[in-house]
Amino acid sequence: MDSPLLIHRLHFAFTVTFHYLFPQLTMGLAPLIVILKTLALRRNDETYNQAARFWARIFGINFVIGVVTGIPMEFQFGTNWAVFSRFAGGVIGQTLAMEGMFAFFLESAFLGLFLYGEKRLSPRAHWWSAVAVFLGSWLSGFFIIVTDAWMQHPVGYAKAADGSVQLSSFWELVLNPWAWWQYAHNMSGAVITGAFVMASVGAFYLLWGKFQEHGKIFVRVGVIAGLISSVTQLFPTGDGQGVLIAKHQPVTLAAMEALFESGPGAPLVLIGQPDIAQRRIDNPLIIPKMLSFLTYRAWEAEVRGLNAFPPDMWPDNIPLLYFSYHIMVGLGTIFIAVMVIAALLLWRGKLFSARWMLWILLLSLPFPYIANTAGWTTAEIGRQPWLVYGLMRTSSGYSHMVSAGNGWITFLGFLGMYMVLGILFLFLVRREIENGPAAETAASH
Amino acid sequence: METVWFIIVSVMIAAYVVLDGFDLGAGIIYLIVGKTIDERRKVLRSIGPVWDGNEVWLLAAGGSLYFAYPQLYASAFSGFYLPLMMVLWLLMLRGIGIELRAHMDNPVWRGFFDVIFSVASALLAIFFGAALGNVIRGVPLNPDGYFFEPLWTNFKLGTQPGILDWYTVMAGVVALVTLTAHGALYVALKTDGELSDRTRRVALSVWPVQLAVTLISLVATWFVRPSIKTNYLAYPIGFLIPTVVFASLALMFVWTRRGQEMRAFLASCVYITGMLVGAVFALYPVVLPASTDPALSLTIYTAAAGHHGLWVGLIWWVFGMILALGYFIFVYRMFRGKVQLEGEGY
Repeated sequence: MDSPLLIHRLHFAFTVTFHYLFPQLTMGLAPLIVILKTLALRRNDETYNQAARFWARIFGINFVIGVVTGIPMEFQFGTNWAVFSRFAGGVIGQTLAMEGMFAFFLESAFLGLFLYGEKRLSPRAHWWSAVAVFLGSWLSGFFIIVTDAWMQHPVGYAKAADGSVQLSSFWELVLNPWAWWQYAHNMSGAVITGAFVMASVGAFYLLWGKFQEHGKIFVRVGVIAGLISSVTQLFPTGDGQGVLIAKHQPVTLAAMEALFESGPGAPLVLIGQPDIAQRRIDNPLIIPKMLSFLTYRAWEAEVRGLNAFPPDMWPDNIPLLYFSYHIMVGLGTIFIAVMVIAALLLWRGKLFSARWMLWILLLSLPFPYIANTAGWTTAEIGRQPWLVYGLMRTSSGYSHMVSAGNGWITFLGFLGMYMVLGILFLFLVRREIENGPAAETAASH
Repeated sequence: METVWFIIVSVMIAAYVVLDGFDLGAGIIYLIVGKTIDERRKVLRSIGPVWDGNEVWLLAAGGSLYFAYPQLYASAFSGFYLPLMMVLWLLMLRGIGIELRAHMDNPVWRGFFDVIFSVASALLAIFFGAALGNVIRGVPLNPDGYFFEPLWTNFKLGTQPGILDWYTVMAGVVALVTLTAHGALYVALKTDGELSDRTRRVALSVWPVQLAVTLISLVATWFVRPSIKTNYLAYPIGFLIPTVVFASLALMFVWTRRGQEMRAFLASCVYITGMLVGAVFALYPVVLPASTDPALSLTIYTAAAGHHGLWVGLIWWVFGMILALGYFIFVYRMFRGKVQLEGEGY
């Protein structure tokens, strides 16, 4: 437990996991706020403007925490992963620098106008500021995904004389097929979070019996966006991502599915705990031949199991990988079911009085966060033992000059700091929800 | 190409210091000049719409540094591990101090975030100054291009110094004083009445201190890093830089006295830029001097990324910079003039 490698991994894993709780809502809410603003302009209805303002207030609080927890991510490439940065900076420095130049400037310039400038701007100009914030946040996500996709599936690079990798083709880097599938999958996941949060708050108002008109708007927009994004999460984006993993990271696929033995007609494990030492699944619930079909569209296709690869190429935490993946897929399936039923009720005009369904929507709030976190855990634990797939192992990328002691003290510092941030966030958001969408008290300096 | 990026990264760092410098400075003087709730709100409103955008220059400069000189980024960020982590925490505290303060109308809540904001601003100024001091003084680089500095050793210079020694502490003080004046001039420019006058008086009373620490720091740097004169002697045009520094410092005083706030603030911008240009001019082509053995110093040639990547970066950098400048001009125009408390928004 006192190895520098472990603490540097924990350091990054904890800070990035906590950080991503916020951008997923930022990126998920941004397009929904644009929709609310559009409806307000089109229908000339003040209720929609109030709804947009309410979500802008939540967005603002969420954004602050996202920004302050995002700064450490860029720093940690240098502080905790210096050897990796020296090795790969010639390639991923491109996308990280571009994020600052193209996304952060755009986002920061228009966020102030969007949050506080409504009375200074015409309705149409204010609508544009919302669009600019939406674009900025989605661009930011794009550059980060291109960076991560390069680590998953390095392209467009050449080895230099000093052992580092350098960019050889900018377009190969940006058009990395892995990046585009991962981006689509990730953004769809962010919209799921935004949609579920919006629907959940709407359901809360309807069950509470206050702010009924706003509550109905939130539920309607949330359920429609939630239905679309839940479906696109599975197909085509999740499927496309899976095909790439099967092709380029077959050992990861085997570990995700806990497929120990290669063979034709591989089964799909729905439930069961993998026992790595015994190479078996405890109390399994399986669908025969399903994995072969899902992977290669053929019931009898040969799928390579873990035994086809030397153990030092296996991801180093197979149980965590397996459970992250299964939690993600399981929750994703439940999201589709919830949103299909809610959408049917909405279509039949019964949703707003179906209290049992509103309760389900209300209580579903935390699960998209869990699913998104589990998805990223699957991607990043699945990449192990590689830091850059096939090029650099995680064990050789950390800052060897930074001792475990120094790593631990700053890790503990972040734990404390983020606990405070988390409490502040919940406290302030709870106040906004309780004050409700009709309140006109936009906090300003 | 390495030189082009040396200039670009230097420009971005200078832009960060000049821009975020005034909102850090506003934070430093915040508790001193803001006597009433309304005055504090005015100070905050003067930086409110722009501080986040200013801070983006830190991220953009950091990103460009990472992109252009991966080895420098790797070496410096892991070597300055502890102070950088503290900078991160201070940036977080400061950000939530500004943004969350107004979310609850309660004097205890406000008072808490007021202090957080001001103290974090002052400490950040000191940290940034000390960081620059470390880069000028040199760090104990190993033959593999890495180092790790403890927070302090014995506060003396030498081959194995700490982050804090007398020289870097002095650099921190220079930064604190400089940004105090810089922020005061900005707030004086953006506010009116009693608050503006009081802020201007702060700038005036800081001025003699600023003159003194500027002189001391120049002399001290001469002794700490005698090699700084190499570039100046090779290219005597470089002596224009200290001339500009002292001329702008003198003009700051004159214009502040006369109440010409815009000119005084611009003079402070020139002063800060001059100090930074003077430092990078002396360092070039070294980007991180070694205190252990000058031959181990990182230079733009040893630390740079590949040429193809640098060329590609130049294309998008120009494009991105035009966009960024466009946003900045737009936002600063939207919020031009003295701040008012009435009405919505900042």
